[in-house]
Amino acid sequence: MAVPTYASPLERVWHYAYLVICGLIFFFLIAPIVVIIPLSFNAEPYFTFTEKMRSFDPEGYSLRWYRSLLTFGMQNPDATGAAFWADAWANAKWVNAAKNSIIIGFFSTILATVLGTLAALGLSRPEMPFRRIIMATLISPMIVPLIITATGMFFFYSNPCELLGLFGLPTSCGRLAGTYLGVILAHATLGIPFVIITVTATLVGFDQSLNRAAASLGANPRTTFFRVTMPLILPGVISGALFAFVTSFDEVVAVLFIAGPDQQTIPRQMWNGIREQISPAILAVATLLVVFSIALLTTVELLRRRSERIRGVTPH
Amino acid sequence: MANALDPHAAIATTASGAPDRGSLTAADGKPLARALARSQQRARRRAFLLVLPLLAFILITFVIPIGQMLQRSFYNDGFSANMPQISAWFAENPRGTEPDEAAWAALAADLSASAEERSIGVVGTRINYDVPGTRSLFTSTGRQVRRGIEPPYREALVEIDEDWASPRLWSAMRNAATPLTGNFYLAAVDRTRADDGSIRQVEERQQVYVMLFMRTFWLSLLITALTFVLGFPIAHLLATLPMRKSNLLMILVLLPFWTSLLVRTTSWMVLLQQQGVINDILVWMGAIGSDGRLQMIYNQTGTIIAMTHILLPFMILPLYSVMRTINPSYVRAARSLGATSWTAFRRIYFPQTLPGLGAGALLVFILAVGYYITPALVGGSSGQLISNMIAMHMTDTLNWSMAAALAALLLGSVLILYWLYDRLVGIDNLKLG
Amino acid sequence: MKNTLILSTALAGMAFGAAAQEVNVVSWGGAYEMSQVEAYNKPFAEQTGIKVNMIAADNPATPLKAQVEARNITGDVFDVEVSDAIRLCDEGALVEIDPAMLPAAPDGTPAAEDFLDGALLDCAVANIFWGTVIAFDKTKFEGEAPSTAADFFDLEKFPGKRGLPKNPKRTLYLALIADGVPADQIYDKLGSEEGVEQAFAKLDTIKNDVVWWEAGAQPVQLLADGEVTMATGYNGRFFDAMVAEGKPFEIIWEGQYMDLDMFVIPKDSPNPEEAIEYLKFATDTQRLADQAKYIAYGPARKSSAALVGMYQDGKTEMAPHMPTNPEYMTTAVMDDPEFWADHDAELTERFNSWLAGS
Repeated sequence: MAVPTYASPLERVWHYAYLVICGLIFFFLIAPIVVIIPLSFNAEPYFTFTEKMRSFDPEGYSLRWYRSLLTFGMQNPDATGAAFWADAWANAKWVNAAKNSIIIGFFSTILATVLGTLAALGLSRPEMPFRRIIMATLISPMIVPLIITATGMFFFYSNPCELLGLFGLPTSCGRLAGTYLGVILAHATLGIPFVIITVTATLVGFDQSLNRAAASLGANPRTTFFRVTMPLILPGVISGALFAFVTSFDEVVAVLFIAGPDQQTIPRQMWNGIREQISPAILAVATLLVVFSIALLTTVELLRRRSERIRGVTPH
Repeated sequence: MANALDPHAAIATTASGAPDRGSLTAADGKPLARALARSQQRARRRAFLLVLPLLAFILITFVIPIGQMLQRSFYNDGFSANMPQISAWFAENPRGTEPDEAAWAALAADLSASAEERSIGVVGTRINYDVPGTRSLFTSTGRQVRRGIEPPYREALVEIDEDWASPRLWSAMRNAATPLTGNFYLAAVDRTRADDGSIRQVEERQQVYVMLFMRTFWLSLLITALTFVLGFPIAHLLATLPMRKSNLLMILVLLPFWTSLLVRTTSWMVLLQQQGVINDILVWMGAIGSDGRLQMIYNQTGTIIAMTHILLPFMILPLYSVMRTINPSYVRAARSLGATSWTAFRRIYFPQTLPGLGAGALLVFILAVGYYITPALVGGSSGQLISNMIAMHMTDTLNWSMAAALAALLLGSVLILYWLYDRLVGIDNLKLG
Repeated sequence: MKNTLILSTALAGMAFGAAAQEVNVVSWGGAYEMSQVEAYNKPFAEQTGIKVNMIAADNPATPLKAQVEARNITGDVFDVEVSDAIRLCDEGALVEIDPAMLPAAPDGTPAAEDFLDGALLDCAVANIFWGTVIAFDKTKFEGEAPSTAADFFDLEKFPGKRGLPKNPKRTLYLALIADGVPADQIYDKLGSEEGVEQAFAKLDTIKNDVVWWEAGAQPVQLLADGEVTMATGYNGRFFDAMVAEGKPFEIIWEGQYMDLDMFVIPKDSPNPEEAIEYLKFATDTQRLADQAKYIAYGPARKSSAALVGMYQDGKTEMAPHMPTNPEYMTTAVMDDPEFWADHDAELTERFNSWLAGS
């Protein structure tokens, strides 16, 4: 974003001030993340920069929290070689928690994004009946305090068919509480308001005549959606999906109620035992996630640039 | 050009070209009004069908279960179901009737039966909500009555504990004799029922919920404003930079976003406390003395800083996705027509960002209202918010009726605010692009 | 929908139908859970062949109440605080436990006499006693070191901030103790208006210098950072910091607040027989003594005290770190579940109202 050539001197000063302000805000955003990285190598079980760490004494640093991510819950943490890794993959609590978080996060995000985007498309049509009240209903999972939501959902997921009794149908059909499906559905419910709000906001600026243009040029509704609507509202859908994923990825209360012992997730593992101790292992997890997401986002960005180059699109 | 693509315009052209000018018809010869109505009907149905799967999903897995949960706020049969005889006596005799021997006999019989069935704890807990200190009265009397009790019952019960003669207790039992009750809502707004049934405020030293509601809404509002002030420039920068730069900067927004809440809260403690990183740096630079360290956490400041940080991405991302779609030529046009950059921003650019701002403000405000873990950990004495009390009643005192009443009030007030917001800002009327 | 249900039933089957004999134990997670896994679960599985599934909760009473209300019990044994044990027992949700069924002490003393006072209830058996105690950082007080609860409130003699839990249960009693009220009169005082006012008045004297903590992990962190010079917290956590991490902390045992953690079995649990087996096994003399090897909480049986040995590092004698040490018991305030069942909500509201005022 360069200063236009016609800018006045005052505008130039303002422009640079603006960049400085943005830099400060970025610093505010990232400082707490930067702080945790050295702390995750702390040799002591506290969230403190000890004297030894400040004087860069190697004794003040250790990999013990990273090691504990693997060894915690393992049958035989003293094994070596392949046996160690096989044991860690199968039994380590943090590894299992990571697997669960990814599975649950992935499926609940897909569910929330698909259902939420469809509904947002319907809601932004001017002819949609009862729009306000439906919108309020759909975003209500965000408003009800989580502890109430989780308890209420636990009752439902304990016996999902209880309501069928009202119609004289059998009232028992197994349980959803304690299953992956139960947690996925619960997290999808919590993620849906985010998708609805962001996609609806994007659709407000969406020019409906583009759809009509596509239709008049012979595209069927499906083609219109995937070739015209979707690319234009994609930023909104992606940020909605991102919100939904993060909601699931950092959600602990619903997991507490609905998940069984097999569906423990990363945040559940982090909050585990907070009555006794918050283990710096959570900082090691956070650091690994930071490294992982930087790698992921950078790869995506490099791939995007590559495809731009190949397609001959010159970036601005 | 735009007209040719508009189906309505096309119909109108056909209609005007039709021979019969009295009643307009569509291309297939049917009357235009009916065709339009039908096509609108179809459009409505189609729109509704798009929403239907999600609506059904939310209704079944969320609205109904939560409804059942919130029902506890006005329906509690802990007393009436387990104490049927005395409940019946209350139903027959109007308020103000002195309890006669029949009432005492009914009470004694109920206490004995309830103690036998081990439901006396439920009964005592229910009355304890209204008259603190009475739960043990029920359980201990129940144990004694179970061993046998002789008439006259009034004397016998009062001998076990003189509190049985208290008019306040009888008033509370009368209120609890029907499962429907408004008492939990009264308690949730710091009100209580006097012995004669009238409503009054609780003593000043017990008043806490109204204050917590106000504090929750005030803090949420403040945090929403702060995220806007901090989020707007960032979103604008990201939206106007070329893709390759903005995508890299986007990482700085996304990283804190998917770092766990607990980790970020802990990290703020490390940074802000008196022996923390920021104070250490300030002391090292000589800006403050070693004994003049700033208190930035375990008070309101800490809550505001940590919550603003946690909720900032919820403002930036919706703003960004809307700003990306804004065509820069509008602002250039305004400038070329002589507007100053401030005017161009204020009159042309800013109005176009309103949908994103609206979505971001909604997200941040509602999330802030429900947050409690962060304020509880970093907020010190002023960090208690209304959700803390809801969680406390859910997990510690196990008074789910009270938790449900507080949650219903919270839900109700947020929905009212949402409605006001919709009226004032008008989510639908934001089409300014 | 039908497919979903089949899928969900299959997933549920995978989760709970795997082992032939098993028992689901819901506990508090963290270091405490680890001590139970080491002392109870591993030998239990070895001896009986019954698999123990450990499930962590923030407070196991909450899922217990939810499961009872939803009539969908999945846990067999729950580790809860004593007030919740009594409350749920009075509500008819728990299996009654006959003390005669529990194993006697090695010397033949029946269980009913072997357990400490308050450790056996109609529906619950205690496994450990834990204390909320004052700890301070030795390096912060060069002259005389604090030694009483009154010193905690003496900001002039012992300057620095104080760490206190943000609830009435573990703060009001301490103010009264510091004001000279004997431990056995605390609840009489707290039951009266003057007593409560006296406690708040005492707290007022340090209110501006208190850092309020929420999670049990915080007081140790606050002390380690030097953010406070004295704090109250759970004795097991301070022990860990002092012995395992070598922090220069010291504990003041006067006026410790004693809580029990109890095992309860809900009615209609999926594996009632295994649950009873587990309960009997986990609360026998040897197992309770073994737990002290992993965490500094006191066994609920008198006969276990003699068997309490060394900490897992092999060189720290555990007996002086047990909150149940007779020397510390004389000034200890026991948790009174009946009192708190009656007054918890009322005093919590008042406490929060007090916190918010300036």
